[in-house]
Amino acid sequence: MLTPQTILPVVVMSIIFASLGGLMGDIDESITARPTVGMVDADQTDLSRVATDFIEHNAKVIYNGTSPEEGLKKVERSDGTALLIIRQGLSASIMNNTTGVIEVRWVMRGGGLTDTISTAGVEVLLAGLGQEISRALVANHTRLNTTIVLAPTVRNDTTILKGKTLEGVSPSQVANMLTNQAFVVPVIILMIVIMSGQMVIASMGMEKETKTLETLMTMPTRRSSIVAGKIIGAAVVGLVAALIYMVGFSYYIGSLSFGGLDPAKFGLGLGPADYVLVGASLFLAIMAGLSLSMLLGTFAENFKSAQTLSFPIVALALIPMFFTMFMDFDTMPIAVKALVFAIPFSHPMMAFRALMFHQYWLVLAGIGYMALFNIVIIAVVVRIFKTDRLLTGRKPKAFSGKTGWPLIDALARLGAKR
Amino acid sequence: MQALGVRDLVKDFGKFHAVKGVSFTVDEGEIFGLIGPNGAGKTTTLRVISTLLQVTGGSVSVFGHDVTKQADEVRRMISYLPEDAGAYKSLTGAEYLNFIAGFFRPHHEEREAMVRHGIEIADLAERIHDKVETYSKGMTRRLLVARALMVEPRLAILDEPTSGLDVINSREIRALIKGYARAGTAVVLSSHNMLEVELLCDRIALINEGRIVEAGTPSELKAKHGVTNIEDVFVKVVTA
Repeated sequence: MLTPQTILPVVVMSIIFASLGGLMGDIDESITARPTVGMVDADQTDLSRVATDFIEHNAKVIYNGTSPEEGLKKVERSDGTALLIIRQGLSASIMNNTTGVIEVRWVMRGGGLTDTISTAGVEVLLAGLGQEISRALVANHTRLNTTIVLAPTVRNDTTILKGKTLEGVSPSQVANMLTNQAFVVPVIILMIVIMSGQMVIASMGMEKETKTLETLMTMPTRRSSIVAGKIIGAAVVGLVAALIYMVGFSYYIGSLSFGGLDPAKFGLGLGPADYVLVGASLFLAIMAGLSLSMLLGTFAENFKSAQTLSFPIVALALIPMFFTMFMDFDTMPIAVKALVFAIPFSHPMMAFRALMFHQYWLVLAGIGYMALFNIVIIAVVVRIFKTDRLLTGRKPKAFSGKTGWPLIDALARLGAKR
Repeated sequence: MQALGVRDLVKDFGKFHAVKGVSFTVDEGEIFGLIGPNGAGKTTTLRVISTLLQVTGGSVSVFGHDVTKQADEVRRMISYLPEDAGAYKSLTGAEYLNFIAGFFRPHHEEREAMVRHGIEIADLAERIHDKVETYSKGMTRRLLVARALMVEPRLAILDEPTSGLDVINSREIRALIKGYARAGTAVVLSSHNMLEVELLCDRIALINEGRIVEAGTPSELKAKHGVTNIEDVFVKVVTA
């Protein structure tokens, strides 16, 4: 029972969950820390000073001036969360039994759910600010409408994300708006990669188990044609299954409420060219999954061992799914960024969000990387098909030293230990 | 014309030397038998000839084409039947023959003619339209022999061709192989059935521990060793 195939999945899943635990710990710290904000008091009244004093006591204020533009730049440069602008006339409005306006200009660095964590502190601050103003009104025995006393201010949100100014929406609304893509696309890609990949690996295992592989290999056809045939066959079946799944899952997600906001209204809609890029990214990611599956399948001895060999594919699809569901590529730690970029399945998962914000460089870099990845892996697979390894499970004599194919040697050692 | 030329063939698997310098030739229309005890190197030799395994040393050529450097050309001329071959269980017998025919005959009519020939060889009657997973071992073997021969190879490489077949089916298959040889197909076969070897083969090579230890026609070998059947030749040479 103590084989690499049984131990490795346990180790990898432990690492994944430990990493997620660490991430959750960091999130916890962010929530409880004092928010970093700038503020502009354009009202300059006793009531507005109640507000600014409250903010000074409960937040880290990095700008306290009169220029909203300058304040916003300072917030952006200093990794602040928001610029709070107490509009001129706030006190006068409240005294006239009208709600005063506090303008909040949010600075979001990424579109992931974790990127909204820092806004929680400001949300709490704003709720407390309203209560503080209410206390001041009560303490001054002002004869105001009870409704105004209880809720003296309203918020006017503007969110700035990746150079785009989204008026009238808060970060949580933006994150909700992006959640559809954040959840649906990774799950669909995961399903396609797992289904198609397992199909390819199982096919190789079955060929060896039913002894049809030797006959196939003596047919007058190129090894590359056999590899291509298996990959394309699995890709077609996988895409059909994914299409069916996508329709059902999209309907399910669509029936949930995500703030009812349309990305297109904020200039975040995708055009035909964008969908072509998404399609290319998705296609290349599927091909990468199938190429990797073929590579793993060459080491399958039979159908049963093929099932175990599909685990690395599943793990490689799960890792970016978890990260891209909750985090934006721009705000990932550098090590996580490198890991996510290196995994081909990440790119279509990130493509929708990247294209919304015109981050073409990320999508095109991903497409280029995946194309190169596929070429290399398929070349390795065709190479293996030409060697004895595929049929005998043994390294050919020429491969017994340092060959320049370390992946083949590593997997061969793993297979030999079985 | 020489169909197959094996010269000082060496095949190693890491430190294990499976074939240690084997040489023989097979002419067109000749049936050549490769016999030997288990683990002698018969199947390894056949797999090298079939382009499945790489050559470690020496050379193998099929109708003048090197099996390593001109593998694609060689595969167009050969047909290999492994000892423990299988067929795709989800296909019917006819579908399987059609699948294989597609590699050799891209044109529809030629492919259909080849499939009809294969169905005739298989002689499975209406069962040819049933899924392979419902076949007995003997029926599957008949299908596979049909698959190997219907493509009219210039060199047929048959490892235990009648394995799993009853006496009557075995006789029919042997007759078929002889018919192909008379029509010019060169045949290399391996078998543990010494009677079959004696009945079928024009020449025999006895391989033991990776080397050919005896070769000749059945009559020559029997006369040389003063025995009346090839089985006695086999036992005498291997146990010597």
